[in-house]
Amino acid sequence: MSGYSLTDLVNTLPITFLLLWALVLVLVEAFAKRSSLTMVLAAVGLMAAIVLSVMQFGVESSAFKGMLTIDGYAIFIYVLVLGSGLLSILLSYDYNRRMGWARGEYYILMLFSIAGAMLMASAANLIVVFLALELLSIPLYILAAFVPNNAASEEAGLKYFLLGAFAGGFVLYGIALIYGATGATDLTEVVAAIPTTQSPVFILAGAALLLIGLGFKVAVVPFHMWTPDVYEGAPTPVTAYMAVVAKAGGFAALLRVFISAFPSVAADLVPVLSALVILTLVVGNLAALAQKNIKRMFAYSSISHAGFIMMAFVTYGQPGLYADAVTSVLFYLLAFAVTSFGSWAVVIALEQAEGKGLNFEDYAGLGRKYPVLSAAMLVFLLSFAGVPPTLGFGGKFFLFRTVLEGGYTGLAIVGVLASLVSAYYYLRVVIFMYFHDGEPQVRSEPALNLVTALTAVGTIFLFLFSGQLLAWASQAVLALL
Amino acid sequence: MDFILQPLNLVTFFPLVGVLILLFLKKEQKNAARWIAMVVSLATFGISLWVLAQFNAADPNLQMEVKAIWFSFGEWDIMYALGIDGMSILLVLLTTFLTPISILSTWTAVEDRVRDFMLFFLLLEIGMVGVFLAQDLFLFYVFWEFTLVPMYFLIGIWGGDQRMYAAIKFFLYTMAGSILMLLAILWLGNTQGTFYVPDLVAMGGIPDSIQTWLFFAFAAAFAIKVPMWPLHSWLPDAHVQAPTAGSVILAGVLLKMGTYGFLRFNIPLFPQAAKEWAWLMALLAVIGILYGALVSYWQKDVKKLVAYSSVSHLGFVMLGLFALNSTGIQGGILQMVNHGISTGALFLIIGMIYERRHTREFDEFGGLWKVMPVYAVLTLIVALSSMGLPGLNGFVGEFTILLGAWGAGQTPVLGSVLYAGFAAAGVILAAVYILYMFGKMFLGPLTNPKNETLKDLNLREIVTLVPLLVLIFWIGLYPKPFFDLMAPAVENLVAILGL
Repeated sequence: MSGYSLTDLVNTLPITFLLLWALVLVLVEAFAKRSSLTMVLAAVGLMAAIVLSVMQFGVESSAFKGMLTIDGYAIFIYVLVLGSGLLSILLSYDYNRRMGWARGEYYILMLFSIAGAMLMASAANLIVVFLALELLSIPLYILAAFVPNNAASEEAGLKYFLLGAFAGGFVLYGIALIYGATGATDLTEVVAAIPTTQSPVFILAGAALLLIGLGFKVAVVPFHMWTPDVYEGAPTPVTAYMAVVAKAGGFAALLRVFISAFPSVAADLVPVLSALVILTLVVGNLAALAQKNIKRMFAYSSISHAGFIMMAFVTYGQPGLYADAVTSVLFYLLAFAVTSFGSWAVVIALEQAEGKGLNFEDYAGLGRKYPVLSAAMLVFLLSFAGVPPTLGFGGKFFLFRTVLEGGYTGLAIVGVLASLVSAYYYLRVVIFMYFHDGEPQVRSEPALNLVTALTAVGTIFLFLFSGQLLAWASQAVLALL
Repeated sequence: MDFILQPLNLVTFFPLVGVLILLFLKKEQKNAARWIAMVVSLATFGISLWVLAQFNAADPNLQMEVKAIWFSFGEWDIMYALGIDGMSILLVLLTTFLTPISILSTWTAVEDRVRDFMLFFLLLEIGMVGVFLAQDLFLFYVFWEFTLVPMYFLIGIWGGDQRMYAAIKFFLYTMAGSILMLLAILWLGNTQGTFYVPDLVAMGGIPDSIQTWLFFAFAAAFAIKVPMWPLHSWLPDAHVQAPTAGSVILAGVLLKMGTYGFLRFNIPLFPQAAKEWAWLMALLAVIGILYGALVSYWQKDVKKLVAYSSVSHLGFVMLGLFALNSTGIQGGILQMVNHGISTGALFLIIGMIYERRHTREFDEFGGLWKVMPVYAVLTLIVALSSMGLPGLNGFVGEFTILLGAWGAGQTPVLGSVLYAGFAAAGVILAAVYILYMFGKMFLGPLTNPKNETLKDLNLREIVTLVPLLVLIFWIGLYPKPFFDLMAPAVENLVAILGL
């Protein structure tokens, strides 16, 4: 550990604290064996980590010899994933107990995974990107397979693991090529070495492989095959967690790595990125149209949201524009997170044991029997579809703005058409909720109701006050430049 | 606090008070829900009259402006900006006037989920008034899209048998147009650096080639809403399936959002494109006039007939607007109001008979005059107003529009008086289908025994119609105050066109 000092630990306090806390919880769980205690402590740890992160906002520093960068951008993602973790825990507790798999390890695994996502946002070295990716993913493989004696969940875990390992291979191979061409893995050294490299094609190939590997994580087409099965098979709170945190982590690393190290290959990558975006939007939305199971529908819809986020990424190489690109990605991620957790909370409220309560028909009559819950779901669905006045609309608005500013009118048109198609399948749920009669079975539980209420109110109010959010997001970007 | 109490803020958001009260009501308290919605919407109408009292008709500019920076993104300041001028004041008044009337019409017609109905109705009112007042494109878009949601529910929950199909068709059709407009709005923001409409108009300077693209992107949203032929196919479904009050508001106000959009955005923001493509808009308008009238004639369902007649009437409005002269535009604006009143009244009238008989087929009726004389007389007046009988409101609007279109026909704007000529033929066709409808329903012998016991209108129903009848005569006999309100603003608009 020569050369490292205490300041490294202080600068990375949110992450180191969380990791230490998770280790302590392993002991607590081992001796106390009370999942409710572990859950409460995990939540406390997340809240403390949020406080620690916010305290560092505005201070830019690096740690461990430049391996990690802690800047506004990283902090924004920290708070996003920590908050997501907190919401996931709130969603999980009652769910896990009533489904019969309440175990303390669950929360500890989640903490490790969150630390991985935070490292992704801070990684200033390609090796750290890989390690963080693994730390994010390995707990998720276990969490996806957490349902005991359930073939679907086991399949989810195994599938996610195999494809995740495969994707990790891509990332590693990409790093190797870049190292071969530049002799460096540190992002600043990489970017400095690129102009003099003998083998520019390796840079392009390496960047492309990184894109593929991380593309698996954020689930863009054609690297999305695992998503529907994993989302459907995994316990629903884990699905909610995966949809947001894995995406946030993946995009966080993509943006930092590509903006700081690979602006030079942007021109070559634009056609590839555009093709990915269009494929993702088309496949994600068309497949979502055909779904009758709400978990699968949201799985495909989350693929299409990855496509939307990717749209802003297309413009990353344009000087003077990537600040807007990053701001709109961060805003969209936040909008997606808030909306997504809300909608998953409603899904959990209706879900029954053995995968029942997940079809559209099970939502029939919700509007009449549970007006508040269905109103909340309505808000989430409208936000997903991008109808004002919701966060989702704000997200799309800033995103399309960036894309148009970059001169990709065609892409923007594909984007708006995709959101039109998406309105159709989101409205189908609304039709069942409000226009059909039925006897929906709903579980009402304080933590669940809290998440639903918070996110529903947040979806509308955060939009009305998006100014402050945008200010934070763009402040976060400044650090990245 | 002073900011909140600005007249335009109040007139837009006052219905929110009703929404909040309704939220705390129990489902069973149906009458309470009705009264709350009624009182709140009447109060909103009162506020709009207060706005009218402060309105200076001689001033062509925006008045009573409320302006604040909502938030900033990049170099943009997105404004919360409301303002009213001669082009919007009548439409705001129309909205706040028709809302309580519609609510009154639901008193016995809506028995299911009354509280939710009123809630959506008041939310809809906020959206509509907001659309007419918003002066920032972002804010405008928010209100514009927002109106879809409550209307979607009004059709989908309280509509007829095909309500789900109609509701989703309405939503997706309208959204398809809006998102093209959204791209154009973003383009304007990116290049001009602002969304504030008066600034955008003052700046001008958009190259002609791009103006055409932007013009049509905005037109896509508005033409679907109007609806202009050939984008009208959502309208009959939505109208026929919607509950009576929904139809009244749909025809009375929501369609006007489309024509208003052309007036407020397309013409002043893209004057070159507007001049260049006026012929096309006028052509589609005239086709709409004739097509709507012809199709109306062949309907067997009264509500469908009136729905198609809207396509025809809105064609007149569009023809007036794209005459691009003061006469035509003033006629167009007045005709928006007229159509709101007359067609709104027709839908109310249809709702009254539907509530009694649960059918709207012509063949079921005949000779109703004998059993429902009051109903028959009131229907006759409204029908005559709709077909443009001199002395009633429809005539004033259509005549002014034809005058404007004739004038534009002699200039390069339209280039031919044939537009006015064919449109005039539409007036005759209107007489045919309206009189046919009236004759089928009210004249002749009373053949269907089911109709023998029908009760004539009760006091509430008469009260619902009387305010509309007053306006029908008022505008028909003395339209000057209405023209006075809009004339300076319209002259201002025409000056931008520089014709």
